[in-house]
Amino acid sequence: MPSKALRVGAFYLVVIGLWALVARAEVWSPFLFPAPQGVWRALVRNVESGLLLEALQFSMLRLVVGYGISIAIGLALGFVIASWRYADETLGGVVLGLQSLPSITWLPMAVLWFGLSERAIIFVVLMGSTFSVAISARAGIRALPPLLVRAAGTLGATRWQLYRYVVLPGMIPAMVQGMKQGWSFAWRSLMAGELLFVSLGLGHLLNVGRDLNDINMVFAIMLVIVAVGVAVDRLIFGRAEAWVRERWGYAAG
Amino acid sequence: MTTVTTMTARAQPSVPTAPRGGERSPLLSLRGVSRRFRTRRQETLALDAVSLDVQAHEFVCIVGPSGCGKSTLLGVAAGIDTAFDGEALFEGQPIRGMARERAVVFQEPALFPWLNVRANVEFGLKLRGLSSAARRAASDAQLALVGLERFDRAYVHELSGGMKQRVQLARALAAEPHVLLMDEPFAALDAQTRDELQLELQSVWERIGTTVLFVTHNVREAAILGDRVVVMSPSPGRIKSVLPVDLPRPRLPDDYRVADLAAQIRAELASDGEREPRYAI
Repeated sequence: MPSKALRVGAFYLVVIGLWALVARAEVWSPFLFPAPQGVWRALVRNVESGLLLEALQFSMLRLVVGYGISIAIGLALGFVIASWRYADETLGGVVLGLQSLPSITWLPMAVLWFGLSERAIIFVVLMGSTFSVAISARAGIRALPPLLVRAAGTLGATRWQLYRYVVLPGMIPAMVQGMKQGWSFAWRSLMAGELLFVSLGLGHLLNVGRDLNDINMVFAIMLVIVAVGVAVDRLIFGRAEAWVRERWGYAAG
Repeated sequence: MTTVTTMTARAQPSVPTAPRGGERSPLLSLRGVSRRFRTRRQETLALDAVSLDVQAHEFVCIVGPSGCGKSTLLGVAAGIDTAFDGEALFEGQPIRGMARERAVVFQEPALFPWLNVRANVEFGLKLRGLSSAARRAASDAQLALVGLERFDRAYVHELSGGMKQRVQLARALAAEPHVLLMDEPFAALDAQTRDELQLELQSVWERIGTTVLFVTHNVREAAILGDRVVVMSPSPGRIKSVLPVDLPRPRLPDDYRVADLAAQIRAELASDGEREPRYAI
């Protein structure tokens, strides 16, 4: 059996080959169904003009700010819900309800509140991931074996030390899952938000492609969006999950 | 009530309270401790006015069937369970909560999975703010004591059941407890590992001479380890009798004197024949 890289590479070569063949056969108009070479050229053109890099920077900045704030708020919310029963009964239900709300539906409200601004789009990203982070934080704290808390107590842990040295590290497996899910919600919300109003960023660039009737560009930008998603998933969350598996040993990651 | 065995060979530390009834004051003293568990359907008296003194450097085993309140008793001594009636004194002071002076080895391997073996052993020292050099020296010593030097970087899930309990022991000892509370620490292990760890615990104890309160339902284990064996009966949890043990150490599980003593404890457990129905807590 050839190596994994070889097998996977062969698969993509075949896919691109088939794609090129279909495009060449011109089953559909080239304005609707581009050839791989055209998409590649559009990609190179956008990289060389600096547009793509600029859009990527805008998008990533929004994502980092919105996602970062959502982790802080989500963690705090999770702690409150997990450690205070009344909050669980009340806020817990609200969090669950809001989590089921597609975050792009916050956009009209955000635009009314903040105008067509950075803040509006960051708000949408924030709402996309906060609740899933909160739910995971709650689950992580609840799943912590009481025995470990007791063990720390008999070793002299104060209340603060209990949080610092037992609860926080103990909730890591659940938090990795929650942050991964939160990230994917944040990323989707961001793209939706950028598509819906002129704002620079990858979603906006996608819209530019549509306005120019440039199917090659639309395909190229979509590929970039996929690549960013996969890269973050593999490089950041993949490593975090491997780390969790090494420590915890079971399939927590 | 409880008898006190004097281990003449061992030095007695000065304890800062006034002697009680002419005896030197015990390290741990439970006086008339009762513990009730209430559920909607019933009330269980897990401990019924139990009194027990543990002297410094003594190894006391508590043995009894499940539901006799022996683990509850240990929980009271540890400060895990504070909802009891009566008086629980440690070094002359009422026990109000958990403290590292009363470190516990639990039946389940209560180790932190995100820390390796060494960091688990150093956990109590880290809480006390010791420098990493001091922690390392202490964990080196404890890991050597339980024979786990080579596993200092392993994670909990990579260890066998016996090794996990060794780590728990090392972690508890590293906290420099004044009394070591052990709650059926070997109950979940296979027979060979259990024999091994009983021998190891004897040698560790003889070397460092710490005070141990050891709960078990295994009669032979109590005979192997204890200076005194406290026999408890269930429903309600009471101390039935206290047997002093003066067999030389190390005691081997197949020693006929250990077997005789085990038989004696077993007879003690079975005496008075009739038993009230037991309720699980």
